[in-house]
Amino acid sequence: MHVPDGFINAPVSAVTGVVAAGAIAVSLRGARRELDEKTAPLAGLVAAFIFAVQMLNFPVAAGTSGHLLGGALAAILVGPYTGVLCVSVVLLMQGILFADGGLTALGVNITDMAITTTVVAYVLFRALVKVLPRTRRSVTAASFVAALVSVPAAALVFTAIYALGGTTDVPIGKVLTAMVGVHILIGIGEAAITALTVGAVIAVRPDLVHGARGLTAPLKLRVGGELVDAPAAAPAAARAGSTRKVWGFGIVTALLLAGFVSFYASASPDGLEKVAHDKGIDTKTTQHASSDSPLADYSVKDVGDARLAGGLAGVIGVGATVAVGSGVFWAVRRRRTNSAPERTPETV
Amino acid sequence: MNVPSLEVSGLAFAYPDGHQALFGVDLTVARGERVALLGPNGAGKTTLVLHLNGILEGGAGSVQVAGLPVAKKNLAEIRRRVGIVFQDPDDQLFMPTVREDVAFGPAASGMRGAELEERVMGALAQVGMAEYADRPPHHLSFGQRRRVAVATVLSMSPEILVLDEPSSNLDPASRRELADVLRGLDVTVLMVTHDLPYALELCGRSVILSDGVIAADGATVDVLSDGALMRAHRLELPFGFDPSSTVAPLGGASA
Amino acid sequence: MGAGHSHRLYRHGHSPVHELPPHCKLAAVFLFVVVVVSTPREAMWAFALYAVLLALVAGAARIPAGYLLKRLLIEIPFVAFAVLMPFVVPGEQVHVLGLPLSVNGLWGAWNVLAKGTLGVAASVILASTTELRALLLGLQRLKLPPLLVQIASFMIRYGDVITDEMRRMSIARRSRGFEARGVRSWGVLAKSAGALFIRSYERGERVHLAMVSRGYAGSMPVIDEVTATRAQWTRAAALPVAALAVCLLGWTL
Repeated sequence: MHVPDGFINAPVSAVTGVVAAGAIAVSLRGARRELDEKTAPLAGLVAAFIFAVQMLNFPVAAGTSGHLLGGALAAILVGPYTGVLCVSVVLLMQGILFADGGLTALGVNITDMAITTTVVAYVLFRALVKVLPRTRRSVTAASFVAALVSVPAAALVFTAIYALGGTTDVPIGKVLTAMVGVHILIGIGEAAITALTVGAVIAVRPDLVHGARGLTAPLKLRVGGELVDAPAAAPAAARAGSTRKVWGFGIVTALLLAGFVSFYASASPDGLEKVAHDKGIDTKTTQHASSDSPLADYSVKDVGDARLAGGLAGVIGVGATVAVGSGVFWAVRRRRTNSAPERTPETV
Repeated sequence: MNVPSLEVSGLAFAYPDGHQALFGVDLTVARGERVALLGPNGAGKTTLVLHLNGILEGGAGSVQVAGLPVAKKNLAEIRRRVGIVFQDPDDQLFMPTVREDVAFGPAASGMRGAELEERVMGALAQVGMAEYADRPPHHLSFGQRRRVAVATVLSMSPEILVLDEPSSNLDPASRRELADVLRGLDVTVLMVTHDLPYALELCGRSVILSDGVIAADGATVDVLSDGALMRAHRLELPFGFDPSSTVAPLGGASA
Repeated sequence: MGAGHSHRLYRHGHSPVHELPPHCKLAAVFLFVVVVVSTPREAMWAFALYAVLLALVAGAARIPAGYLLKRLLIEIPFVAFAVLMPFVVPGEQVHVLGLPLSVNGLWGAWNVLAKGTLGVAASVILASTTELRALLLGLQRLKLPPLLVQIASFMIRYGDVITDEMRRMSIARRSRGFEARGVRSWGVLAKSAGALFIRSYERGERVHLAMVSRGYAGSMPVIDEVTATRAQWTRAAALPVAALAVCLLGWTL
């Protein structure tokens, strides 16, 4: 579901833009760490694959058909970082080349369809693979569950974004029921296709399934007639990798929380918002306070001041996004140029 | 100059999984020579090719390109000197337009501006594709893509051009056009091929790589006429093709 | 959504809009959409003016109206959503032809339709007047991370190649009597998808090999760069600036 322009208000679009920019920046670093100089061709080809496979129609019944969204599949096949990059690039290109999904809604679309699906699916998948016995069937089962949950999770995040910044106050309960309900159905299809596809890849090239790495039986040493596990290679490097990963996810979570909490704070009906309305537009607090609570924008009767304030806040919000986004990218680019290529084994 | 374009000696290599592909290859290619590298599937041809520009290394033996040993510290220069044209032109042409693709190699070595432009147009003119410079590769026919792929390495002014199955998937006209292009080039050529008539047409000399060693090395017409040798290495001429009765090969530039 | 991204929007031509540098156009369209989204929905006349502005640009770009309108169809799923709004939103109601409709819902539907349509129209004009390659150069010039631009550029380059492979696999399946009917055929389709992934990934590795063979060492050489003169920036700015004026009027009137 590609969200168009005007669906989510400007400030929330801006916040999701920052979230998306941050997550992409983290993923660029992560992907480069995993794939090194191969990142561009491999991620590009996987993005082309996702793009193509979204056109593959799976007939359901009576002439209807569904197709793959691909977030969970990308995460399991190529890992969360490359997965986020691939799906984001697909969304970016669909927005610019096919006018599919609004330009101002790009942050919403990426947060929703690239980040949420990939991260949720990957975390769940790895957790399940850890718990289940080490067989190919477990990988398939884990793919199924991961993909199944990832789609309604995206619907949930969309509903949350809509609750914060939807331009029409459709009762959130209704939106939630409808979105999650429909997406559980879609999720079942997505899950079946994802699991079957992962199963097909793992049967031929198990080494290509990123999420199934480490599933091969550990090397054994024959010591005095007994088989013992060979010591794992380079545990120190592995630790470093996972700390960085935690750090990366931490940032994303922090950004998410920062965005959401601040909007919830301003959402209380008789809080900052009323103050803003009373005081007019000539103070900075006002511009921030009424920046758009879920309620403010819809009260058609008090246009005037609060509305102007909201608009200004929107513009400021977008400006901030651009500033923060370019700051993040600038920092990442600087770091990348002087960081030596390194490879750390995958551990999560 | 007496330094050969390519000198491979005692090259042996095993893949990390233990499978050994090369068992001591010795091969010298003089400057300006055109040599066909023949051999059955699985003989180690691709493995040998990937050693020529240092993508694979770490086994025994040595490779020298115009006197420069293939080693980590020389890799940039080696890759400029050895131009490999891979079998699938879609793999080779990865940039959005023909011009950018041909420019990739020289630009990677730091060339810019007018000099780069001149190099690109020169290479495209050599393969007869100059008017397609601004087209995206996927709008070209297969034969045109193959020729552009040759241009992408010609633009680096290589010491030696290595072609992997240059005639595969080409229709007869494109096949002949490519032969004309290759014949017109003033560059050393090593051509990996299963297309024996093409080898005869273009290369005065042929070597057979079989089971990881050079099993035969001689004038192409002699190699192809030796029925026992051909059978021993699973090489077969097309039906009705008799190399000894063919008009003297046009590619006689070799020794 | 969207089985059917196969059609590219670009229309070859020579017009003042075609000839603007891509990064100017990208920036202008983005700012225009931002301004549109920030406009209060009650200022209906403002949206009409925006539509007029876009029509002027489309006219300058010599894009036929029919073409533009046909491309707007991509929006249809959201039209459906918007149509539902007047029925599900609670609050004050009006009766139109005997149907109870929510006032808020009507405003909401109008808001989504007007802004969404203008956004799509602006994007369509951008995509119809700018070549793929130029768009990538524009993104690069607008300081998108180079790695991201490279990934996008590989995706564009190989999108057709992979789609073709997928089509060939489908023909091969059908030639052997397979017809995708119902859920039971999913196994076969998923196997194709798996095979397609393996082919794509392996092609990625071969492409990398071809790049390395030509001296790639981790960063793409910058071969083309787009530049814009002050005059071109000014011309590109005309659209968002005019829109901003309309928007400000919309807030104050």
